[in-house]
Amino acid sequence: MDEIALTIDGLEVRTRKGATVLQAAREAGIYIPALCDHPDLSPIGSCKLCIVEVEGQKAYPTACTTMAEDGMAVRTRTEELQEMRRHTLEMLLALTNHPTSCLFCDRKDECGDLRECMRKFPMAVGCRYCPNDGECELQAAVEYTALDRIRYETSYRNHPVLREPFFDRDYNLCILCSRCVRTCREVRGEAVLDFDIDYHRQHSIGPVSLLDSDCKFCGACVDVCPTGALRARSERWERPEDFVTTVCPFCGVGCVMDIGVASGHIVRVRGTRGDTPNNGQLCVKGRFGLDFVESRERLKTPLIRKGGELVAAGWDEALSLIVDRFSRSKGDRFALLSSAKCTNEENYLAQKLCRLVMETNNVDHCARLCHASTVAALAAAFGSGAMTNSIDELAGAGCILIIGSNTPEQHPVIALKIKEAKRRGAKIIVANPRQIGLCSIADVWLRQTPGTDVPLILGLCKVILDEGLIDEQFIRERCEGFDPFRDSLADLSLDEVGEITGVEPELIRDAARIYAQKGPSSIVYSMGITQHSHGTENILALANLAMMTGNLGKPSSGINPLRGQNNVQGACDMGALPNVFPGYQPVVGDEQRKKFEERWKKGLPNKPGLTLMEIFSAIEEGEVDCMYIIGENPVISDPDAAHVAEALEKVGFLVVQEIFLSETAALADVVLPATSFAEKDGTFTNTERRVQRVRKVLEPPGDARPDWMIISEIGRRMGRPDQFTYSDPSKIMEEISSLTPSYGGISYDRIDEGGLQWPCPTPDHPGTGILHRDGFTRGKGIFSVLTYRPSAELPDEEYPFILTTGRILCHFHTGTMTRKVSGLNLLRDEELVEINPADGIALGIEDGDLVEVSSRRGKVTARAMLTERSSPGVAFMTFHFAETPTNVLTNPALDPVAKIPELKVCAVKLSRADGD
Amino acid sequence: MDAVDLVKVDEIIERYRGQEGFLIQLLLDLQGELNWIPRDLIDYLSERSGVPRSQIYRIASFYKAINLSPVGRHMIHVCMGTACQVRGAQKVLDYTASKLSIKPEETTPDQAFTLRKVNCLGCCSMGPVMTVDGEYHGGVTLEAAEKALKDLR
Repeated sequence: MDEIALTIDGLEVRTRKGATVLQAAREAGIYIPALCDHPDLSPIGSCKLCIVEVEGQKAYPTACTTMAEDGMAVRTRTEELQEMRRHTLEMLLALTNHPTSCLFCDRKDECGDLRECMRKFPMAVGCRYCPNDGECELQAAVEYTALDRIRYETSYRNHPVLREPFFDRDYNLCILCSRCVRTCREVRGEAVLDFDIDYHRQHSIGPVSLLDSDCKFCGACVDVCPTGALRARSERWERPEDFVTTVCPFCGVGCVMDIGVASGHIVRVRGTRGDTPNNGQLCVKGRFGLDFVESRERLKTPLIRKGGELVAAGWDEALSLIVDRFSRSKGDRFALLSSAKCTNEENYLAQKLCRLVMETNNVDHCARLCHASTVAALAAAFGSGAMTNSIDELAGAGCILIIGSNTPEQHPVIALKIKEAKRRGAKIIVANPRQIGLCSIADVWLRQTPGTDVPLILGLCKVILDEGLIDEQFIRERCEGFDPFRDSLADLSLDEVGEITGVEPELIRDAARIYAQKGPSSIVYSMGITQHSHGTENILALANLAMMTGNLGKPSSGINPLRGQNNVQGACDMGALPNVFPGYQPVVGDEQRKKFEERWKKGLPNKPGLTLMEIFSAIEEGEVDCMYIIGENPVISDPDAAHVAEALEKVGFLVVQEIFLSETAALADVVLPATSFAEKDGTFTNTERRVQRVRKVLEPPGDARPDWMIISEIGRRMGRPDQFTYSDPSKIMEEISSLTPSYGGISYDRIDEGGLQWPCPTPDHPGTGILHRDGFTRGKGIFSVLTYRPSAELPDEEYPFILTTGRILCHFHTGTMTRKVSGLNLLRDEELVEINPADGIALGIEDGDLVEVSSRRGKVTARAMLTERSSPGVAFMTFHFAETPTNVLTNPALDPVAKIPELKVCAVKLSRADGD
Repeated sequence: MDAVDLVKVDEIIERYRGQEGFLIQLLLDLQGELNWIPRDLIDYLSERSGVPRSQIYRIASFYKAINLSPVGRHMIHVCMGTACQVRGAQKVLDYTASKLSIKPEETTPDQAFTLRKVNCLGCCSMGPVMTVDGEYHGGVTLEAAEKALKDLR
């Protein structure tokens, strides 16, 4: 990078070429008032407060739009500049009628002590009532320029304060800097906000109601507002006294956030800027959805079932009972479900407890339901089953293929990178049966019938092969098994593919050419690919596609599974799986097992345990009679949910460790109150394999304890105090890194800032952003010959619709957390069956009608939403709403390799439920 | 919007492909074809041009020349600028309104006429001024206004 040197106010400042004078000054710690500029936005030079004097120039350029040059001499604070700034600021205040008592009142310092109570008035007319008082950039600019009055008459604009779900919009305080408008457009790609220009100078920002607009409530506009015009209601009455940097507890992006705390409450959440996956951005769940942490419904004491009822009990009683029952069910009669919501340390302890103390490998977690097929397929093809590249690299891709992922709803912050790539000229291919938000920016949208991904991807491969677009060198040097794969495509006809998938062959050709020629090409995928009875084959097909075009092992390429839970990557890494120890070391491997046996000082079982769905079948058959579930809600999340609930009622002894009395916890014999992410220390590993530090923000409610303490206590009480005594989670991480090669170089000291991407084998290793750079983990990448297997259950005369399931932006999984947040419930508080308007007409169903959806396994009732987002013949439902348990409908048919159930395709029928 | 319209709309959008700052002229051209800018058209235009809907709406709602609700086949503007007002523009406006049985800014139920006030038409020396379908009438008397309407009926 070229470095240049300039002097600002006599100080020598070094900066990179291409930086503006304002950026250079800020880096050097020199303040220049700037109300329209923001680091995330391209400069517009509109407020004119950042004017500077440059030696040799006659005019006064705005620092935000002037490039720093080598040898430039800049002065920022001459009396002349200050005089001009005062005039500008005066005009700005006069034209926008911003209240001025907060700026000029000569007694404003005296009333500081009254601030807290005065601010509790419901209206902001300036002065200390303003929710932004003390943090306002306008106040800072006034102070800097020493402006002490304005000579023009102003009048209070008297705009009504607009109340949105999480924040207030008070345009009486707006100075029309347009940061919010530009952030909504440039950073978030939504463009919901825009100026509402008024003939009588009463300008404000529209639309009047965000609830009725396309607003996604990400809060980015609130974060950039320099005044009090946009403020979250949570911080209206109290200012944060303390900030803690931690990681968002929702999806797998792993957004780093600064949480502001005041008197033991979370009052502010901001995305952390800098070297983080999110660089300051968050989505509605992370930004405004943390209220669940302080919900009154949190579990505060252990509960024990006595006479059929769950009653409060002490820790000692609960743990004694558990130890007694666990001791009687050692071996394969015991099963443990660990949690992708818990930290790495806790998952490590859970599988250690299971293997060492309970002497069984029956440990699994919800990754079985999301990316088991990814792990199986990518491990087979490359030798390592994780995202091959980093989130940041997406922005630099030449082409991004998004298949089976509704990225803007499920991984909103990654969708921002895709939108950024589009702005930088990348081609976007969306393959999805549903119309997702990214379809509007897609160059090609392949709308395949659900469950026909294998033929679609093979079709793409066929075109690439036929048109000679393959990367021969890559295939020759880095891969094996290409010849049989090539031969297997010989008989494939694109017309046939078109018939099966419902996609025009010409579109498949377009997509294939773009993917092969506009590299580097990234593949982004998610549940739409994995949750099929042929999920493993879907991913093997994607691996073929990437290998034949050489899109692996280089920046902005690769195959990128987006993980759904904050720590599902970590839970897999920590060996909360029935067949592997931490770091994917197989339990059948004698060498690996010996390492753990030596360290844990006991012989360990070498037979792979049962997977999640197999555990429930084993309970039915009486083979498993004792179960310990940590932070999961299988009654709502697992397919054929009625069957799961039956099994859990039948199991001899069920312990559920939760933060709320979930639908699963309600069936337990003992419920243990655990802590949320905000009440403990530890680490999460995000979807790009980045191990990040989670820090304690609040004290746990009541008697709740961190999961790692609970598991350790059980381990100690069951006779292994030597193996389950840790003073704090960093000690657990020390043990993990000593036993897990890919985590070998990870310690709390090293990840204090920024985190590290595994593999990170040694304490001086910088971490690995791109996998398979010089060779695949398994040596050579292997091509697989694939054939189309239809989904296990296809629509027929009796059940004519395909039901596909998924998530929506404002809720998360089974809703245990997000349904406790009133603002999120305001955005959506009930299940909606999304069906195509044409189907609606055929069935006589109108928008908002109650509809009964039934499959061979069960039925639920929900309101209909007619939308073009669903293609004809396809219905869509979420699984967020316990009162509409969609998973009683879904099919538990398993992928034969990965044992992942087919949540994405089942046959249903629809009928109006109200009968008239 | 029906299919016939879309062909014309596409043709007009094509004229401005690759240009910058085209939005106002494009909206005026589209209006020339359709008389007004329906909501669906804004959605379609946004999809085709990549300009956000909010921005198109901001421009369209700012300029009085762009109609966001249906207008009559004939458009009548009465100038209410200072010069015209002192020469009796209010009388001309009231008279026209009563003849059409609508208030200013409204459209007749048969979709034949829309009556609008404007602030200045830029030809103060001719006042009072009214325009009928873009044609300027200077020194308008009540009789002249009535005749202009009759000619159109």
